[in-house]
Amino acid sequence: MFKKFVPSTDIAGQTPVKTSVQRSIRASVLSQWKIEPETLEVIWPKKETLIHVKCREHISIYTVHGEPIAFQHFDGPVYPTLRILHKYPYILPKVQIDRGAIRFLLAGAPMMCPGLTSRGGYLPPPDAALPAGAPVAIHAEGKEHAVGIGITKLGTEEIRKVNKGVGVETATYLGDDLWAVKAL
Amino acid sequence: MARKKQHNKDKEEATPASTSAAAASASAPTEEGGEAQPTAAVVAPEEPQPPPPEPHPPVEVAYCGVCTFPLEYCEFGSSLTRCKDWLKEADSDLFDKYYSEEALQAKIGTLSLEAQTKLEKDTAKKEAKAEAKADAAHKKKMASQITIKRIERTKRKFVTSIHGLEAFSIDLKKAAKQFASRFATGASVTKNPQGQDEIVVQGDVSDEIVEMIEGGVGVLKGIPADNIELVEEKKKAGGAGAGGS
Repeated sequence: MFKKFVPSTDIAGQTPVKTSVQRSIRASVLSQWKIEPETLEVIWPKKETLIHVKCREHISIYTVHGEPIAFQHFDGPVYPTLRILHKYPYILPKVQIDRGAIRFLLAGAPMMCPGLTSRGGYLPPPDAALPAGAPVAIHAEGKEHAVGIGITKLGTEEIRKVNKGVGVETATYLGDDLWAVKAL
Repeated sequence: MARKKQHNKDKEEATPASTSAAAASASAPTEEGGEAQPTAAVVAPEEPQPPPPEPHPPVEVAYCGVCTFPLEYCEFGSSLTRCKDWLKEADSDLFDKYYSEEALQAKIGTLSLEAQTKLEKDTAKKEAKAEAKADAAHKKKMASQITIKRIERTKRKFVTSIHGLEAFSIDLKKAAKQFASRFATGASVTKNPQGQDEIVVQGDVSDEIVEMIEGGVGVLKGIPADNIELVEEKKKAGGAGAGGS
């Protein structure tokens, strides 16, 4: 999503968000992320207005004080930015890839099933299985912090069963152009 | 009358002081919460009520000063050697944690030997590539010209256009603002017919601008003096003839 993203040409406009819309965004964030209202309050205080940065191809980035905190594609799920995820790693369910796949993830490739099911990989256990289309934090074998954020293309149980093809689509990853943007 | 006024004044003085004190005490805990201080100190003042749910403190992540990745991902970046040097300077404890013999051994443990050597080779290659790229970019930057053009508007009036500043990663808007305040004239960022951005300053200030760039005033830093080119552009003969007496 952010492999090629040039702020000067790809941003169409910035507008402050209406409070009523802010309320609905806050509600959807609280329902989609595993985050307490108090913690969200620290990231995004109620008093601060959210700025909606419209980008090409229906991508919206939400910023507080110019710092991107979340982004969204069209009406899809709201993803936190990687910097926020590093600070609060528990807000998204975790999947892990093996060490061999890190290189490809850092080049922006989607994550294939075998990299998730191999010995270095990790998928949530069957009783916490994720459906397709869930935002996940992509961790890496032997590393402490998340390396990317993605969306599951198959349910986690399906990934185990099929074990072929794309399992997790990458939304943002370490070193992409959204990572390079520290303030908008 | 005077007494009444005095009274009012006293009252006025009293109220802001008390409100500000209240505000200070109210805001203090939230601020501390934001900085992830030990939570015990935050709860202490409001013990009578049940303590409100505390926000989770954020995890502190150490980022590399060279490649901006979290330290553990430096090895996948394109500047591992420089990252290593930087970390050694900045924090030798963390350096030991990530690059000591045992840490390297632990990493290798999960991969086969040939995969590891291949990875190392790739990293070295990537690094060399990135270096070459940076070199080329630097060379290009040093070779790029800045054109300062004096354009005739009417007989005795000129505008000065400066083109090529962005190659030296100068914020054009800020530079324009600086020119405007320096010369007390209008200065703006406009697109020229070729679709490139340039700064247009009202009035003939080309010599002063050359001086400013050579002196490196304000945002105009890092430009070699040899790259500046002064050009004069006359209005077309027909236009000038019509405007003249």
